[in-house]
Amino acid sequence: MPLSERNRPRAQVRERPGDRIFSGLSTGAGVLILVVLASVASFLLIEAWPAFMAPPEDIPGGEGLVVYIWPLLFGTLLSAVLALLVAAPLAVAIALFITHYAPRRTAQGLGYVIDLLAAVPSIIYGLWGIAVLAPATVSSTEWLSKYLGFIPLFAGPPSSTGRTMLLAIIVLAVMVLPIITAVVREAFLQTPRLHEEASLALGATRWEMVKMTVFPFGRSAIVGASMLGLGRALGETMAVAIVLSVSGGVTFNLISSGNPSTIAANIALDFPESSGLAVNALIASGLVLFAVTLVVNMIARAVINRRREFSGAN
Amino acid sequence: MHTPIPSTSVDTELEVQLFGQPLTHGTLPRWAPFATLAAAIVVGIVLDDIGLAIGVAAVAAVAFYAATIYLWSRTVEGHRKAKDRVLTTVVTSAFLLALLPLVSMVITVVQNGIQRLDTEFLSFSMRSIVGEGGGAYHAILGTLIITGLAALISVPIGMLCAIYLVEYGGGKLAKAITFFVDVMTGIPSIVAGLFAYALFALLFGPGVRMGIMGAIALSVLMIPIVVRSTEEMLKLVPNELREAAYALAVPKWRMITKVVLPTALAGIATGVTLAIARIIGETAPLLITVGITTGVNMNPFDGRMSALPVFSYYEYIRTGIHTAASQDRAWTAALILIIIVMLLNLAARLISRLFAPKTRA
Repeated sequence: MPLSERNRPRAQVRERPGDRIFSGLSTGAGVLILVVLASVASFLLIEAWPAFMAPPEDIPGGEGLVVYIWPLLFGTLLSAVLALLVAAPLAVAIALFITHYAPRRTAQGLGYVIDLLAAVPSIIYGLWGIAVLAPATVSSTEWLSKYLGFIPLFAGPPSSTGRTMLLAIIVLAVMVLPIITAVVREAFLQTPRLHEEASLALGATRWEMVKMTVFPFGRSAIVGASMLGLGRALGETMAVAIVLSVSGGVTFNLISSGNPSTIAANIALDFPESSGLAVNALIASGLVLFAVTLVVNMIARAVINRRREFSGAN
Repeated sequence: MHTPIPSTSVDTELEVQLFGQPLTHGTLPRWAPFATLAAAIVVGIVLDDIGLAIGVAAVAAVAFYAATIYLWSRTVEGHRKAKDRVLTTVVTSAFLLALLPLVSMVITVVQNGIQRLDTEFLSFSMRSIVGEGGGAYHAILGTLIITGLAALISVPIGMLCAIYLVEYGGGKLAKAITFFVDVMTGIPSIVAGLFAYALFALLFGPGVRMGIMGAIALSVLMIPIVVRSTEEMLKLVPNELREAAYALAVPKWRMITKVVLPTALAGIATGVTLAIARIIGETAPLLITVGITTGVNMNPFDGRMSALPVFSYYEYIRTGIHTAASQDRAWTAALILIIIVMLLNLAARLISRLFAPKTRA
């Protein structure tokens, strides 16, 4: 470098075209993510618009968009929330097993095994659900309707094929299990070692140690992870589409053969054969699903990130 | 674990002082859980033999184990340890319960899919096939083309975005991008498919089906995964390497391409492989963007294509007189899919193990 230029080396650095191009490219890629997310919303809105504007009798079902989407939204929320209620406690227990109970040497391998559950394509969950799980649930749904039939959830009459909402909930629960487990596991691993050792030193049993140090530390991660799982369960398509026998309508009855469909499953089942305004109506329902999952995921991430900021609890 | 105080004389002396209260609880022998487990297994087998369903018998055996160990431990060790033992049982059985679907799924798919896993299945398409025979050659090709295109779109965008976040970002924009990348990982796959459809319907009119639409839908799902994994890997690159490069007057972009990326390459490759494994089995977005055909279509810009998961779905729901044959094809397609996914997962682990950067001695 010539002597005269030594005074302004920074300016020299900024002039490099390679730097400019590269930083421009990577910034552009970052901005593109935001653009894609915005365009998902806007393109769905554009394609759904004719369904919003159409007279009610032109919408499939003939009674307008709200009546068309509401049972689907109800089915989506019912299946996802109940699946979450099944999966979340299990996921916390599994994360606890991997981080604090399993022999240290095998813990990582066991983590991989649970991760494999997340890697299985959803179509295979669907095929497995209908071929193996559905026949297996028939006898228990009969038992449920016989002895617990006074609870509206198990009012029956029980389906003879097993293709019930209960089955969809179980399949969904298995599918969201690894997602919740992964996040909770990370949080549990970050529990300050000193807290754990201190509580053990005070004579706590292992469970008391977990209750007093691990759970308080991981609480927001459990909440956030459950929300993530909820988001996944809301949008799960193929497994529900294959497993559930659909008749429409709004019912809390989990074990009969007439069930409300879910938004995602309904799109997958109806879209390939639809044309005209029916497609717009399906896209409108997709827009509703997108909005719901977006809100759920944003809350989930906000909760998890808040934990991250305070993770230096010690 | 309590260690009994060896000297008994001290014990009795203190016990006298403490009004006869013993200083330590007793402990169950080390073999106690194993003995109880053996007894529980026997109970389970007996219950299974007398005609209860296997699931009910298993639940009963677990309940028997928990009750026995609780009562035993409570009488010897006190209620706190007893509770601890019960919760150990609960946590362990929760884990075993989660393994059940995985094992059952693998067994079912292999059992049902193995019959048609032959050369015909791998080398024939479904063109003019009515009953038995035929294969998924066209669907395998379609899956490879669509997934390959999706990777081609997502990997550069995802990597550049991660580079921005780690090497350039820091302001509000970077924070917003990080947040929305996380949110984007939660987009339902069907919504990604609808997005691709809406985009192309605006350009080409309604009812359009193309391979590239599927690739774009899959990219929406894949980009955030690539960003997250690449970001994690770039953060692991030690700052000393960057500073050493700067000290040698290397421009920033050369530093990133020649120092940071090669160091993180193994991790990035692992992340990309896992991302491909995640999207290769996606059915819903392809169902509504790519559709299905019976013949080979190698051109992703022209008309419908076939993909393995969609093929499996349509063969499964097909009705008519030849359902047995089409069900077999569905299961075999599922088996191939699961093999591909498992191989990709295995490859990812191998890559990260074999090519891990040697940053620290």
